[in-house]
Amino acid sequence: MGNAIEAEGLGRSFGEVEAVKSVDIEVADGEIYGFLGPNGAGKSTVVKMLTTLLKPSRGSARVLGHDVATAADKIRLDIGVALQDASLDKKQSGREILRMQGRLYGLTKPEVDKRIDELAHLIEFDAIDRMVDTYSGGMERRLDLAASLMHNPRLLFLDEPTTGLDPTSRAFVWQEVKRLNEELGTTIFLTTQYLEEADELADRVGIINAGTLVGEGSPTELKSEVGSDVIVARVTGNVAAAEAAVAALEVVDHIDPAGDELVISVTNGAAAVSPVAVALDASGVQVAELTLRTPTLDDVFLELTGARIEVDA
Amino acid sequence: MTATTDLSDSARPADVIRARPSGFLSDLFTIAGRGLRSIPREPEVFIPAIFIPAFFFIVNIGALQDLTEAIPGNSDFDYRAFQMPTAIIFAVTGISRAPGLVTDIQTGYFDRLLLTPTRRVPLLLGLQIADFVLVCALTIPVIILGFILGVGFETGILGFVFFVLMAGLWGLAFTGFPYAIALKTGNPAAVATSFILFFPFAFLTSSTVPFERMTGWLQTIARFNPLTYILDAMRVVLSDGWEWATIGKGLLAIGIVFVISQSLAMAALRGRVNQE
Ligand SMILES: Nc1ncnc2c1ncn2[C@@H]1O[C@H](COP(=O)(O)OP(=O)(O)OP(=O)(O)O)[C@@H](O)[C@H]1O
Ligand SMILES: [Mg+2]
Repeated sequence: MGNAIEAEGLGRSFGEVEAVKSVDIEVADGEIYGFLGPNGAGKSTVVKMLTTLLKPSRGSARVLGHDVATAADKIRLDIGVALQDASLDKKQSGREILRMQGRLYGLTKPEVDKRIDELAHLIEFDAIDRMVDTYSGGMERRLDLAASLMHNPRLLFLDEPTTGLDPTSRAFVWQEVKRLNEELGTTIFLTTQYLEEADELADRVGIINAGTLVGEGSPTELKSEVGSDVIVARVTGNVAAAEAAVAALEVVDHIDPAGDELVISVTNGAAAVSPVAVALDASGVQVAELTLRTPTLDDVFLELTGARIEVDA
Repeated sequence: MTATTDLSDSARPADVIRARPSGFLSDLFTIAGRGLRSIPREPEVFIPAIFIPAFFFIVNIGALQDLTEAIPGNSDFDYRAFQMPTAIIFAVTGISRAPGLVTDIQTGYFDRLLLTPTRRVPLLLGLQIADFVLVCALTIPVIILGFILGVGFETGILGFVFFVLMAGLWGLAFTGFPYAIALKTGNPAAVATSFILFFPFAFLTSSTVPFERMTGWLQTIARFNPLTYILDAMRVVLSDGWEWATIGKGLLAIGIVFVISQSLAMAALRGRVNQE
């Protein structure tokens, strides 16, 4: 077992803008790696560098054992990529796109036909021979995924594969990602803004914010860093005073304010609820809502970056 | 940093279909095939390229035939034959898949192609093959119109083929300019303005009036316009016979334009592919 991806100090600037400052990533063969970050964090830029579309400004990366700077052609043979926006030619039919894709990967005609049959389940019945400009957004996404799988890549990059999809299509993509990983052993590097997506799919998650990797680990590890339980208090009044009062409690590990909410990490939730409630009351704020739950990746993100992840609709 | 091993094939079933380098020619035909498939799907690209020159052909003849043929000492001048190469040059100059290439760049399909193991040069040359085929095909209706108006080939069927190829080669040589702009800017408006290049090429030359009859200043400019020599070459094939000195100059002119425009296009392709 080796590493499918190894990046060291990888960074990219566009003029003055440091889109990606410096990231170190290791993705093991056979793993699903979730690259989580908000809009503009640098996810797509990292994907483009790892897939040989963009030259890094600094640092180095090896993909499937080959250096992105010197052996791009070797890498391209074995990776599949579905970029953030479905990249298709609307004036071809689904079948024509897949066929062309197969030919460019050196497949013979019978191989191309066989692969199209194998991938047909991704594309809605009937749609494959229609022009792509008649497809819905979700159908384009699936065709794009099929196109990136034509040559059975060992390593698959998916840049926000479910952004903008309805729940059914999202579930479908999730299921397909799991199937590719479990049945074919495909290594998957997946970017997302959705915490639940990273939680559901990824063996390991890297959290990127403003061009910097701020945390990494399995979803469970990351969540346990926040604490074993989280108390969320929605308050009105002097939030800062409430924060200070709660932070002084011994049972509280730490506290992150997020708007009118206080996200309070504790080791033993049940035992901490009442002291927290008392402290809040004593500080003079009105408590609109008090919830006890286990941490989510959202809490991890908040703790690491000081802000909740903002997702566009 | 731990050592990265090349992942072994043995970990995967033996009958799994895998990618392999596909070869330059195969890539070229794949890209050209897509270009050719898309031509009939975008008739808006080539329909004007037939009607505009046909219009000029007929109107110029109507306006200038009697005048030019009445010039003393010009009695064997045939203005219809003189105008046919002009009409063909108007039809083929500036025809290319560059607007389609910009669309590919904007939709990200070009990136999808760049992600394949395909060599980079066929991504441009393949489109140009499709252009060459289209441009040759576009000369046919104009030649038919010429036949209807009574223009025949002095050099016979071989002359006809040569004439079509020459128009095709000129059309191909010109495509480098819009491709250079498309690859450099990725901007549809910029590509549309490459049409402006057509005007000096097409009008500062013997397109409407024979070279000897031009005003002095225009003659000076036309002397440096490659189209002057290309039109001359096409006209001798049409009306006089295999005059290789004139034909050779025409081919050389095409060659020079091709080298310049293609260098620009290749440099723009390198720039885009390297993503500096
Ligand atoms: N070609 C470019 N030229 C200039 N700036 C760029 C370019 N590409 C990306 N950027 C900038 O780099 C930063 C990171 O962009 P990137 O697309 O990698 O983010 P992202 O995490 O993929 O965001 P999103 O979730 O919106 O897709 C942004 O500030 C963006 O504006
Ligand atoms: Mg992105």
